[in-house]
Formats: sequence, C-alpha cells, structure tokens
Amino acid sequence: MWYFVVPEVVFGQDALSRLAELKGKSAVIVTDKNIVKLGLVDMVKAQLSRAGMESSVFDEVEPDPSLQTVSKGVALMNQYKPDLVVAVGGGSVMDVAKAMRVEYERPDLKAEEINPFISDLGLGIKAKLICIPTTSGTGAEATFAIVLTDTVDQRKLSLINREIIPDIAIVDPALAMAMPPAVTADTGMDALTHAVEGFTCTWKNDFTDGLCIRAIQLVFEYLPRAVKDGLDMEAREKMHNAATIAGIGFINSLTAMAHATGHSLGVVFHVPHGRAVGLFLPYTIEFIGEAREELWAELANSLRLEVPKGEKAGPILARAIRGLAKSIKEPLSLKEAGIPSDKFDSSMEKLVDNAMADGSLIVSARIPSVAETEKFLRYAYEGKAIDF
Amino acid sequence: MAIKFGSEEWLKAFTQEISQSQAYKEAAKKWEGDLYFIIEPEASLKDKIVVYVDLWHGECRSSALVTDESEKTPAYRIWGPFSVWRQILEKKLDSVQAMMTGRLKVKGDMAQIMRMPRAAVELVNCVTKFETEFPD
Repeated sequence: MWYFVVPEVVFGQDALSRLAELKGKSAVIVTDKNIVKLGLVDMVKAQLSRAGMESSVFDEVEPDPSLQTVSKGVALMNQYKPDLVVAVGGGSVMDVAKAMRVEYERPDLKAEEINPFISDLGLGIKAKLICIPTTSGTGAEATFAIVLTDTVDQRKLSLINREIIPDIAIVDPALAMAMPPAVTADTGMDALTHAVEGFTCTWKNDFTDGLCIRAIQLVFEYLPRAVKDGLDMEAREKMHNAATIAGIGFINSLTAMAHATGHSLGVVFHVPHGRAVGLFLPYTIEFIGEAREELWAELANSLRLEVPKGEKAGPILARAIRGLAKSIKEPLSLKEAGIPSDKFDSSMEKLVDNAMADGSLIVSARIPSVAETEKFLRYAYEGKAIDF
Repeated sequence: MAIKFGSEEWLKAFTQEISQSQAYKEAAKKWEGDLYFIIEPEASLKDKIVVYVDLWHGECRSSALVTDESEKTPAYRIWGPFSVWRQILEKKLDSVQAMMTGRLKVKGDMAQIMRMPRAAVELVNCVTKFETEFPD
C-alpha cells in the first residue's frame, strides 16, 4: 500500500490567469524581496484583483529559511485572515508558505512538529495553498516536503506529511524568464536528480516511473537551451514542466544518495542545492552500479544513448550526465566547485555524519557504510569515477 | 533452522544480530530510547506478543518478552497487526512505509525517529538475518 499525491497542476503560458478564477476575499502572497523587485508579485496581484481579492505581501523569506520566518508570516496571516496563501518564488518561499499554512490552520501544531505519521491535519478549510514557482527545479510546488532551518539548534529540518501538498500548482513559464543562466543550470540539475533518483530508489513505483523518465528526457533536451538563451520560451516552458513532473515523480517515490550527500554539502559549504545534488548524481549512479543496472539501461535507452554490447549502462549514463553538466558550466567535482581541500578534510566527519543521518539514504538501492561514504566524497572531490 | 516467532530463542537471535551489526551501530549511534514492538493477535497468532528492547547508541542494553504492557514505560511504542509485522519480516513491506501509511502505529519522540530513519531500517535488517518460523 502506498499513495500517489498530486496537486491540481495548471501549466503553460498564461497559466497564471487561473488565479483570476479563484474564490475568496483575500490572499497573503509569500515571496522574497528579489521576486518583488522583478515585478512578479505585481503580476500575481493583478490576477488576484481580477478575482476581486485583496492581497497582502509577506516578502521576508530568506535563503535557507528559518522557523522564525515562518512565525513572522503566521503572525501576518492571523491578523489578515486570508482565504488563500499564494507562494511566488523558489523552493524556500514555497516551503515557508507550506509551513505558514499549517500553523495558520492548525494553531495547536508547530511547523517543526510536522511528520509523516500524523493523519487528518484537516488543511484547506481556512485557506487554500497555491504555489507558483519562479525557478525550474525544486518541484516544491508539487511536493509535500518542507525544509526549514532551526537557527537556535543550527540544524536543517526535513518535514514531510502528504496532507501539506499545495492545492494548486501554477506552472507558468513567464515566471521563470528572469532566472540567470547559473540559477537555470543549478535548478535544472536539481530536476534531473529528482527524476533519476525517483526512478531508481527502492520506493519507485508504477505511478512515478513514467513521470521520471519524461522529466529526464525534457531536461536533457531543453536545459542547455534554457541556459544558453533565457528568452527561449519553448525551452523555459519545457524545463518548467520538467521540474514539476520530476517533483511529482520523486515526492511519491523519494530521492536517495545524491540528495543525502548533496544536503550534507549544502549545510557545510552552502553550495546551492541543485548544484550539489547534480554534482553527486553521476557518482551516485556509479556507486549504486549493478544494483540498478536494468534501470540504468532503461534510462540510457530512453535517452537514445548507445550501450555497446558487453558494457554496463550505468557508467554510460553517468558520462552523459557529466557531459550535460559540463555543457552548462556546472562543476564536475567538489574541487571544481571551489571547496578548499583543507576545509574539505577538516569537515569530513560532519559531511559523513550528515549524509548518513539523511532520510534520503534509506531508499538508496545500495546503502553505504561510513567508510564508503567518506571514500565516495573523496572521489567526488577529485572528480574520479567511483570504482568500488 | 527456523526459530519460532516471538519465542525467547527468537528474541535472543534478534539481539545477537543487533550486537553484531556494524550497519546498525553506525545508523543508530545517536539513538537513545527503549521500545515496545507490539504484535497484535490476528488469524494464526492467538496471543499478543510484546517485545521490549532498550536501544542506546547502537547497542541493545537489555531485552525481554513482556506479558503485561504496564510492566515497563518505554519511550517508544510501535504496534500493529501480526500480518503487517510478518510482511516486514519477510521483506515484503518496507518498515518505514508501513509507519507512514499507518499500518504500523508509532508513539514517541517523532523528531528523533525522523532524524534516524536508517536506524529503523537496519533494525529490521537485523531481524531478517535469521529464519523465522511463523504460526500457521
């Protein structure tokens, strides 16, 4: 028994106009200052006003958002009493909006208490949650996960409950046009990693397989174009779709070792999430190797990669991903990512500890030992293909 | 040779596997808390089985089969019907998925469980390393 959970997805050019069809008196728009500056919040407000709705803006979401930010946002909601929570931004913004909605509707529950074992949260009565991504990678508009930082205890909280999924995801490529090339590349690698890990982790299932394969095909075809020319509307639209499709795919199956190590790297060295997980993806494929050979072959086939007779598909797929990453100027090793070797060495224990404690690791088709994780990280530092 | 499910011998085999498992030691090195695994009677299992294990930093400090649940007050209780436990022990059902879908109920500090889900996986791996004879 398992679940397949998905929001209503409105996609394509003009998808934002779905907001004008919504019912309600008022909305709180959750965003960050950069998104406001880019004029994207004005676009959202215009649609809400067509629906006869007033709106108030909470623009205090920071990168790696904290529990304290959630509390500030909830205070505004309690004062304003909105019918809608509209998140406009990347993963951080959407995570904060999800947590704000939970605390607003369930004042008895703190965001940090959200866990997969609670049932009947009873959300959606006081407010609906609408997520509008402005990056193409996180997939948070279609997931029931939240990542927040507890700044008091200095730790990341990964909170999951399938009832916190947004009611509507509006996937309009016009909102992604302002992404600079490096962010396009980083977030695109995030989408690719979601899809590859969603397709190959131990919780993979019939409902997510097709979504993951399609997302991988879209990323390979359109990510280089979207990075090269941010005004390429077709590439933007396909990448925006790919990110949401991958989001639906991975959240209903989960991610694995590239995410466990990527999360760890992000916490210790503040490498952007997509860059970190994307960097570890080919190493992960090599490490898992034989345990998923049939699936690597299926993916290689779906990408029309040639696998000569007698050769394994895993390393060929890993090489293709490195080729894609190189073409969009993503680092292929931790050294290339600019991590100083002395700091890498002195942080090794923390890096390994974090990775081993990460929930993503439980669904890896091959679970590494502590010693293997350290070796894996050292290979990734040097850019050496995994051979153990 | 298969060991009878829920017997003293079965519990001994389980705790021996815990003490020998490097993977469990690594996954649960920060785990603090004793548990009840409560197997509720169903079909061929006539009587409830309550397994008590005191797990501390990757080690099992003590264990017992308990007849009266009020005998101890463990930090965690995980309970569910025999058929669900059997599927887990036969590796037909993932233990974490069983908890996430409510087929197994959990009571205790959820934050600690969420920080160490691999400890649960490795604990289950320990109990599947020897053959169990289930009541038919």
